[in-house]
Amino acid sequence: MVKEENTEQPRTEGSVSLVDDAIKQDITMADVEAMDENVSNMKTEIKGEVKLEDLFADMDSDEEFSSSNIKSQDLKSSGSQEEPSSPIHIGPLSRASDPEVMRSFYQRLFPWRYLFQWLNHSPTPTTDFGHREFAFTLQNDAYLRYQSFPTSDLLRKDVLRLMPSRFEIGPVYSTNPRDRKTLRKSSAFKPIAKELCFDIDLTDYDDIRTCCDKANICIKCWQFITMAIKVVDVALRDDFGFKHIMWVYSGRRGAHAWVCDKKARLMDDQKRRAIAGYLEVIKGGAQSGKKVTVKRPLHPHVARSLETLKSHFQTDILQDQDPWETDEKFDLLLQLLPDKTLNDALRKKWSSAPGRASALKWADIDALAKTTKGLNPTALLEAKQDIVLEYTYPRLDIEVSKHLNHLLKSPFVVHPGTGRVCVPINTKALEEFDPIGVPTVTELLKEIDEWAAEDGESEGKSIQDWEKTSLKPYVEHFRSFVLSLMKDERDFKVKSEETDVMDF
Amino acid sequence: MIRQDISRVDAKRRTALHHSKKQFAAPAYKDLEYKHRLNFYIIPPTADITLEQFEQWAIDRLRVLAELEACSFRNKTPAETAAHMKPLLDKYLPLSASTSGSSAVQVERQKDHYSHFILRLAFAGTEDLRRRFSRAEAMLFRIRFQADDARERSAFVDSLSLDWETVGEEEKRGLSEELRASGGGYPKRIEDESYFKVDWEKVPELIEGRKVLLRAGKAYVPGREQLSMVVAEFTQLLDKALELTSRALPRLDEDDRLTPILAHLSQNFTTPDVAYSTNAPLTGADISSRNVDVLSASFPLCMQHLHRSLRRDSHLKHYGRLQYTLFLKGIGLNLEECLIFWRQGFNKITDDTFNKEYRYNVRHAYGDVGGDSNRRGSGYSPFSCQRILTEHPPGPGEAHGCPYRHFSVENLTNLLTAVGVRDSDVLRGVKEDKEKMKYHMACNRVFEYAHKQELKRVKEDGTWGASQLETIVHPNEYFKRSYLLRNLGKKTESSGDGDGDVKMEG
Ligand SMILES: [Zn+2]
Repeated sequence: MVKEENTEQPRTEGSVSLVDDAIKQDITMADVEAMDENVSNMKTEIKGEVKLEDLFADMDSDEEFSSSNIKSQDLKSSGSQEEPSSPIHIGPLSRASDPEVMRSFYQRLFPWRYLFQWLNHSPTPTTDFGHREFAFTLQNDAYLRYQSFPTSDLLRKDVLRLMPSRFEIGPVYSTNPRDRKTLRKSSAFKPIAKELCFDIDLTDYDDIRTCCDKANICIKCWQFITMAIKVVDVALRDDFGFKHIMWVYSGRRGAHAWVCDKKARLMDDQKRRAIAGYLEVIKGGAQSGKKVTVKRPLHPHVARSLETLKSHFQTDILQDQDPWETDEKFDLLLQLLPDKTLNDALRKKWSSAPGRASALKWADIDALAKTTKGLNPTALLEAKQDIVLEYTYPRLDIEVSKHLNHLLKSPFVVHPGTGRVCVPINTKALEEFDPIGVPTVTELLKEIDEWAAEDGESEGKSIQDWEKTSLKPYVEHFRSFVLSLMKDERDFKVKSEETDVMDF
Repeated sequence: MIRQDISRVDAKRRTALHHSKKQFAAPAYKDLEYKHRLNFYIIPPTADITLEQFEQWAIDRLRVLAELEACSFRNKTPAETAAHMKPLLDKYLPLSASTSGSSAVQVERQKDHYSHFILRLAFAGTEDLRRRFSRAEAMLFRIRFQADDARERSAFVDSLSLDWETVGEEEKRGLSEELRASGGGYPKRIEDESYFKVDWEKVPELIEGRKVLLRAGKAYVPGREQLSMVVAEFTQLLDKALELTSRALPRLDEDDRLTPILAHLSQNFTTPDVAYSTNAPLTGADISSRNVDVLSASFPLCMQHLHRSLRRDSHLKHYGRLQYTLFLKGIGLNLEECLIFWRQGFNKITDDTFNKEYRYNVRHAYGDVGGDSNRRGSGYSPFSCQRILTEHPPGPGEAHGCPYRHFSVENLTNLLTAVGVRDSDVLRGVKEDKEKMKYHMACNRVFEYAHKQELKRVKEDGTWGASQLETIVHPNEYFKRSYLLRNLGKKTESSGDGDGDVKMEG
């Protein structure tokens, strides 16, 4: 397979025009027939072999309240004209799931070419793309797994035909996922590569975020995600040495990370588990009591994270979330402090000053500690560090990261509930990212129309539709990410060819 | 003859050997000379052995591996395991040091070498067996490595020529703070420890536990962690080899003398984690959705907690549903009843949502839908304690797992009190068990307390044999015994005891 690429395609430095030719390469009749057959077999596809754990896992994911539930909610709310008191303004929802809106989006705005290059790691189609699993969630909620496409054009065609409300990206398999049933030995079909992924969702913060609940978010609680991205991103880069990390807004209340370095893609589950464990600081179920257990002295990763998170704790937690405002809530804080005498003093003080702000309460701890006899200052300091971590350290849905064969929603699809596009987040301007400012599909389509009205066919230079909209910076960000990935990949290939030669 | 069988399977494997090992891979059809006590099992055996040796050696090793697996299941510490294993190893798989002067040194090493390769064949067939075999072999290797004479051990490690870079003095001093912090405050003086720099992928367990400094993809491993690195290397090579063996296996099917022996060996790799048989439900018991509340009095604490959480929240998160569904299936609740149970339990959602989001998964768990292999196997087996203890620890808001392990002492005590365990001796005992990480002891302690009278009775009148009084290692076994004890004297018996004419109640 590798041989073919090398001999038939001259390695042209940075020539992007090659891409288009490659994508438009000949499609044989066999391909087309195979596809049609696949579409007609769709009903049986749904019942394909699915791991039970995956099925169970799917349901509590980011999309738990999407698809079916959202639709019924929408009907209700538009009927009564009464929006739930949600700080996020949700646009005209009925239109986001409108098939015509979706068709225009996929046809005119979705960055197919860069998606292809991103997954293919080369301008010429390879099995990196061809053996990659896609899974479609159709408008009627049917879920089609094990879809695969030799080129991005065929993927695009099928998406336009089926109009899925979203699609997910799975691993690259050892053989074409569509052929998996015809193989004599089932062990010949297995996942061999996938990006290392992370999933952070605000629902995991529900016990500590006070500004919103459930599917709602605002800029205040988005700071939890900002903190999480900072901490995880630096660890992946500085500690593990990964370079190609893309963060993507999940469309509602969270973010996904895609670590795309070749080394990351080829990791087995044990290595993925190791990274997940390295990053995991918040542990335990709802009943496990204390959630942070870190050794002292703090591991450099934890110490660095704490340093980053401290200032967020002051502003984003103490001020904005004000987590210990009421009597009932400050008890939660006292439970995490080690000294009984100090706790009694604090309780007395706080009970007599109802509603005292969390920032003041936090300061009270050190102030009263000074006059508390027999207090162990180290134990108190460590407890306070643990509290900072408990309220700020990333809460990762670790199952997504541990398994090579986990599926994750594709970047740039539209969240069916909010209508927002799942855009990449530029970590260089992380603090400026505002999920509420992310364009919705209906806004974008309007922008195309308006652009045409204003500028007409000006320079004669053909301009892509996405360039006319506020999607532009996101697509450009994605493009430069993909280009730098492909560049490294090419260097990597050249290098390994050289070593191969040396070996023989 | 046997020689061919083994080497044929491994012929392909040789090409995949580590580059530096290629020189050893030249076929040498003669008895090998074993220089080291320890073995990475890179070179397949080539000399003839008899069919009797083939079987006997494999069985002896199997005894050792099965016992090792049992130790890990009982959460024995490495030191306890080593002590427990010593007499067994001396008996079945002795390995003397080169300096021992024993005349049996070469024979022992040959048996160790050959038996390893025979079991590779026996266990390469399925992913599950491969995983268990590799784990048990790694444990065995670890025990032997630790027991090895220090000088012989380092000679062995040198012979592996592993790709470890020593961290220079200057770099070490520059990173001394971080290195110390990564090592939990040790060493006090950085000069007292040496460090290797390796790709982090080589030491995943050290990374997972944040036990080393990690910089730009390189793990800084202290000398004292050498064991962990060697074991990781051992496991990695073995896993690769097993994978290749499994692909070569079909060619072995032609030999009708070996196949039955190998099949027999793999079947005998039984452990406490055997799938709980769902074929022997309790006859006469009313196992229905409406009766689950009543039956739950006989559930182990993990399942009681799931049940209570479900009743409190009208919802359970995914692993909770999985763990509980499979348990209910195991106690004999049929698919229809199970669907009714969940439908009624999730009473805050519409039928439509239930049908869309949950029904399929319950059916899948029962093998009613899904791929061929799922249906043939009637879905998934109920989880054993081992699985519940070791896989998927609960995250925030999740109710699955083992309360004895995953709860804080305080919350555990509260839960026990809530289900009626208030005896202070028992609670103290549970706390101690938990601290020693003997979670199954805690669970069995509560079982014994909750069924004190009945157990006394069946012991005295001899109706329960030793096997029914063994430590419980499966939630469904807990239920079965509890149910039988609570209904002593009533007309309920476990089927399969020859009593076929038990009437349904009501
Ligand atoms: Zn908010």
